[in-house]
Amino acid sequence: MHVFSDPANRAVYLSSFLLILKLTGAAGVIALVFGVVLAAMRVSPVPVLRGFGTAWVNVFRNTPLTLIIFFCYFGLFVNLGVTYSDDDIDLNNFWLGVTGLAAYTAAFVCETVRSGINTVPAGQADAARALGMTFGQTLRLVVLPQATRSVVAPFGSILIALAKNATIVGTIGVLESASVMRQLINDNGDAVIPIFLVFAGTFVALLVPTGYLFGWLAKRLAVRR
Amino acid sequence: MTAQSGEPLIVLDGVDKWFGSLHVLRDVHLTVDRGEVVVVIGPSGSGKSTLCRVINRLEPIDSGTIRFDGRTLPAEGRPLARLRSEVGMVFQSFNLFAHKTVLQNVTLGPVKVRRERSAAARERALALLDRVGIADQADKYPAQLSGGQQQRAAIARALAMRPKAMLFDEPTSALDPEMVGEVLDVMTGLARDGMTMVVVTHEMGFARHAANRVIFMADGQLVEQAEPAQFFANPRSERARDFLSKVLTH
Ligand SMILES: Nc1ncnc2c1ncn2[C@@H]1O[C@H](COP(=O)(O)OP(=O)(O)OP(=O)(O)O)[C@@H](O)[C@H]1O
Ligand SMILES: [Mg+2]
Repeated sequence: MHVFSDPANRAVYLSSFLLILKLTGAAGVIALVFGVVLAAMRVSPVPVLRGFGTAWVNVFRNTPLTLIIFFCYFGLFVNLGVTYSDDDIDLNNFWLGVTGLAAYTAAFVCETVRSGINTVPAGQADAARALGMTFGQTLRLVVLPQATRSVVAPFGSILIALAKNATIVGTIGVLESASVMRQLINDNGDAVIPIFLVFAGTFVALLVPTGYLFGWLAKRLAVRR
Repeated sequence: MTAQSGEPLIVLDGVDKWFGSLHVLRDVHLTVDRGEVVVVIGPSGSGKSTLCRVINRLEPIDSGTIRFDGRTLPAEGRPLARLRSEVGMVFQSFNLFAHKTVLQNVTLGPVKVRRERSAAARERALALLDRVGIADQADKYPAQLSGGQQQRAAIARALAMRPKAMLFDEPTSALDPEMVGEVLDVMTGLARDGMTMVVVTHEMGFARHAANRVIFMADGQLVEQAEPAQFFANPRSERARDFLSKVLTH
């Protein structure tokens, strides 16, 4: 394992996974919030909102993520001039990547929340409306809390997929783990298998516990009926 | 028991309701006075639940008008929500909020809909839970309660909004027989205190001793209305006689 005894290589390896964690964290939070909003739109009585939610899901769920990330860079940034940081190109590309990841992942969050809404008995919303709650209150106070708690385990799968998808942001120059791995393999042709195993192993080591954590959370948060 | 005054609280005028091609309410005219207790009976599918649900517009109607406390029911939106908060509703399947404790179920409406201070709402919720006999269950979740306790909690939740009227849709038909009495006792107490009530039920005992009026429904129509004693002794319509002979022999 001479590759990883070199402190410089260890440093890029570590920083590449730190970037994966940051991309996943930032995109995950944004996708969760925005995905829930999209789901609320899709069940709302307002046709414009419903249409927007449906269009978003259809576009982003069915477009390859690579294309979306490319669009964020060449379309949003190069063409339309959407810029997150003028003087720090790495930071700029990082947030362009987060934008694409979040837009894509939100579509999946939306559909998962919507399937969660279907697990909430109609009587729950009836009772909320009968108390005088508005549509928004009914959704926010009664339906969504129960719906999201019924889909904690699928949220775990979405988060795991997001962490792996974050490697695609390497295509727009963010030095995340996949691009660092490729670089190390290029520089150390004699150690392809060990390098691959270390990177793949790190993903597995991070994501297996994530899966179990969400399984445990799903049980703890389940709504008893 | 007599209604306190002849002042109408709930007025349905020529109400029609369709589910697709199914005509569920047919030209329904109904006036419920303040303080009156009306029991609705009728065969399955006759539209009793739907009648309950159109009164607070949980189901929209296709024609006719519904007035509550002098005002025509508003269309969707905030005014309708405000009106609904003045009409308590109790469901056959309780419908307590599954992710909230019993106490939170009772305080949620007052705090979020009425913007009451939570300390005051909590105090009143505890008093209401005490009134329906489940103060000791306040911190449990609905799933931890028996059916009878859940239904009493649901009644407390509705009462917490200080409603002007209460709608009950078969509140005891999902309960084990030994729990029916405890829920009917609470309802009888409410009736005695002068609450305006529309009660869909097959509990003929409750109809006899707590109702001012019994309405017999069939095929979406109010076929017959009478005082309980008169109705049970002497139903005028063939369909009501037929229905009573079936439910009373059981
Ligand atoms: N949401 C709905 N969509 C379509 N049809 C409905 C709906 N709700 C009720 N119905 C139909 O309308 C008719 C009246 O239903 P309703 O529930 O009001 O009857 P009910 O008198 O309460 O019957 P039960 O004693 O079985 O509760 C029935 O034929 C029922 O199948
Ligand atoms: Mg019914």
